[in-house]
Amino acid sequence: MNDAPCHSDAPLDRRGFFKRAFAIALGAVLGLVPLGAGLAVLLDPLWRHGPKGSAVRVTTLDALPPDGVPRKFPVLATRVDAWNKFTEVPIGAVYLRRTADGKVQALNVVCPHAGCFVDYLASRGMFLCPCHNSTFTPEGKIADRTSPASRPMDSLAVEVRGGNEVWVQFRNFEAGRAEKIPVA
Amino acid sequence: MKVLFDWLDHRTGCRGIIRALLYENIPGGSRWRYVWGSTLTFALAVQFITGIFLWMAYSPSSHTAWESVYYIQDVMTGGWLLRGLHHYTAQAMTVLLVLHLMQVMVDGAYKAPREVNFWFGVVLLLLVLGLSLTGYLLPWDQKGYWATKVATNLMAVVPVAGPALQKIVIGGSEYGHHTLTRFFALHAGVLPAAVIALVIAHIYLFRRHGIRAKDPKRKPDEAFWPDQWLKDTVACLAVLATVLFLIVRQRLFSSHGSLGAELGAPADPSEAYSAARPEWYFLFLFQFLKYFPGTSEVWGAIIIPSLVLLLVFLMPVIGRWRLGHRFNLGLLASLLAGTALLTWLAVAEDRNNRNYLEAIQLAERDTRRVRVLAQSPAGIPGEGALALLHGDPLTQGPKLFSQKCAGCHRYNGTDGLGAVPKTAQSASDLRGFASREWLAGLLDPSRIATTSYFGGTKFRDDKMVKFVQKDVAQYTPAQNGNLRKVIAALSAEAQLKDQIAADQRDEPMIQEGRILLENVMRCTECHQFHKPDDQATAPDLTGYGSRKWLINFIGNPAHPDFYGSHNDRMPAFGQDQILNAREIGLIADWLRGSWYEKVSESASQ
Repeated sequence: MNDAPCHSDAPLDRRGFFKRAFAIALGAVLGLVPLGAGLAVLLDPLWRHGPKGSAVRVTTLDALPPDGVPRKFPVLATRVDAWNKFTEVPIGAVYLRRTADGKVQALNVVCPHAGCFVDYLASRGMFLCPCHNSTFTPEGKIADRTSPASRPMDSLAVEVRGGNEVWVQFRNFEAGRAEKIPVA
Repeated sequence: MKVLFDWLDHRTGCRGIIRALLYENIPGGSRWRYVWGSTLTFALAVQFITGIFLWMAYSPSSHTAWESVYYIQDVMTGGWLLRGLHHYTAQAMTVLLVLHLMQVMVDGAYKAPREVNFWFGVVLLLLVLGLSLTGYLLPWDQKGYWATKVATNLMAVVPVAGPALQKIVIGGSEYGHHTLTRFFALHAGVLPAAVIALVIAHIYLFRRHGIRAKDPKRKPDEAFWPDQWLKDTVACLAVLATVLFLIVRQRLFSSHGSLGAELGAPADPSEAYSAARPEWYFLFLFQFLKYFPGTSEVWGAIIIPSLVLLLVFLMPVIGRWRLGHRFNLGLLASLLAGTALLTWLAVAEDRNNRNYLEAIQLAERDTRRVRVLAQSPAGIPGEGALALLHGDPLTQGPKLFSQKCAGCHRYNGTDGLGAVPKTAQSASDLRGFASREWLAGLLDPSRIATTSYFGGTKFRDDKMVKFVQKDVAQYTPAQNGNLRKVIAALSAEAQLKDQIAADQRDEPMIQEGRILLENVMRCTECHQFHKPDDQATAPDLTGYGSRKWLINFIGNPAHPDFYGSHNDRMPAFGQDQILNAREIGLIADWLRGSWYEKVSESASQ
């Protein structure tokens, strides 16, 4: 390699200093323009909001067991996925059960610990998350104090319309938090 | 800080690397003519940076490629800038490569001992052209799709292995998902890896042999830093400024001008785009092929370009001869002049080609339209944006009309697409069909027998025409007032989107018109109107011009509800399966002005 002999550690005069500073600044501009455009696109999801949640018809009362055992139902709704808009596609699932006072309780099937889908074990009469073994009562409360989940299963507002149609205000919540915070 | 840097230097030797990079000797001092290599390195860096970020948002499949590019371009923050930088820097690179090659040739930097580096450079040129070719297809728009199809079709003329090679490259017999995955892997994986390897080798060899200084040396030797660096960065800045100008140029001259790179309508395998052209720097090859008829295509596509390339590769060898350098310069000048001439011929030919210009106009219309539809509340369905255009009356209506209806009918004097058909008009002009204005013309004694209505048909001497020309012509002002009410009532049957407000406003007048139509104006002597009438001999006026009425009419005008046995020449488009139900629906919707419009567009209209 023909490395120059002219590299010198001699102190810079003002002109030399400004020339070097200008050279560095120009180099920085050249790098920042493509990098800045790229970062803007990369960070684009930060400026967008997730679905706000809306009432979704899930099933009918007739489909719910009278004994209060939870049953899982898919939730079908409109889903916007970047450029696509899908109608009537699965966006999640809920457990529905009749309560003692004749009402309906809805729980999001997503475990509040790490976001796995929880199973209902009829033989044990409780919910069990297959990922980290969090357990919940049929009402969705934490069954075991040593459970990894830091909050109960996420309940959702339910409305019975026309005497038989079960509508759920569906939305997802951030996993791993003690508070129930909607996914934004 | 110094301690940290010393530690890092001790472990990595980074000081030596930086020194080697910055303090390369420039014989005769810094010069502007040495900037081209650095501008190319800069352009390459921009392509890598922007390409990686684009990669994070691009989805290579035939149902998602256009859609993801649209999303980057029109929706994502700064997407237009990112895509614009990538698109126009690619174009700038081609120009810079030619300038770099010219500088190398003129300075004699391709000769011994730099032959290998010259060959690396030529291979790099080919790789960059390969990146352009593969990148052109990735947005999956009409232009890229059809232009690249021509390029891959040409592969089939390669002797022996051509067809197999073509199949391998496009991932099957037809363009589809695997064409995109393969082109994307080439564009973002294989070719960039090869470029990186060759650029490292190219710069290594360049440093090994040093700059081929241009004599006479005007100054003492200098280090690369800071003077040559400064010149290089200023040149790079000029490249960047040019690219940025190209990105925003349309917006500079028009507030509606687009920003970023072009994105045409989504690729449509069912509709060839006759204005598809390769990127401008491949136009010379495109033009060159026109001079090789029939089976001699292999000469224009493969043999001659390969021989020219071989000659370019041999330039360092040729340059050893006494007149070799001059020969090489002459060869390069001839090649560049030939390329420029062929490019100019291609552009000039297109500029005077009416079909090409019409295809461009139609494509621009489809492009604007698909973006409006993509932004509509319905959004882009899972099957992709092409479905939006295929189901859009505003897009398909005029095309179907021009193919199936404009042989006899007109739409505002044209075939629906804006051109005036060569055949004479022999049926009504359907622009505004069933609107109050259209019906007022039909019932105007001076217009009913013109070609805009019945003039070109066998009905020109029929009862309806006679009734209008004799009876209506002698109407008193009061009767003319009643006629206007009848027109409003009949037009309201169509429930036209453009007239909803007027129909609601004039409801009392429309009610009055209905009574007049049934009882006073003699219409029901021949027509049926909301009451079954076996004696009716003319088209049913119940729901006249409504979607259902129009679909049934186009389906079979000779049905007893319409002209029956009196039907002139109009085919039964539905019954005879000339058009399917979806196509008839699209024509009906288009004639009725029923299509999605952006709210702001409707408001401004």
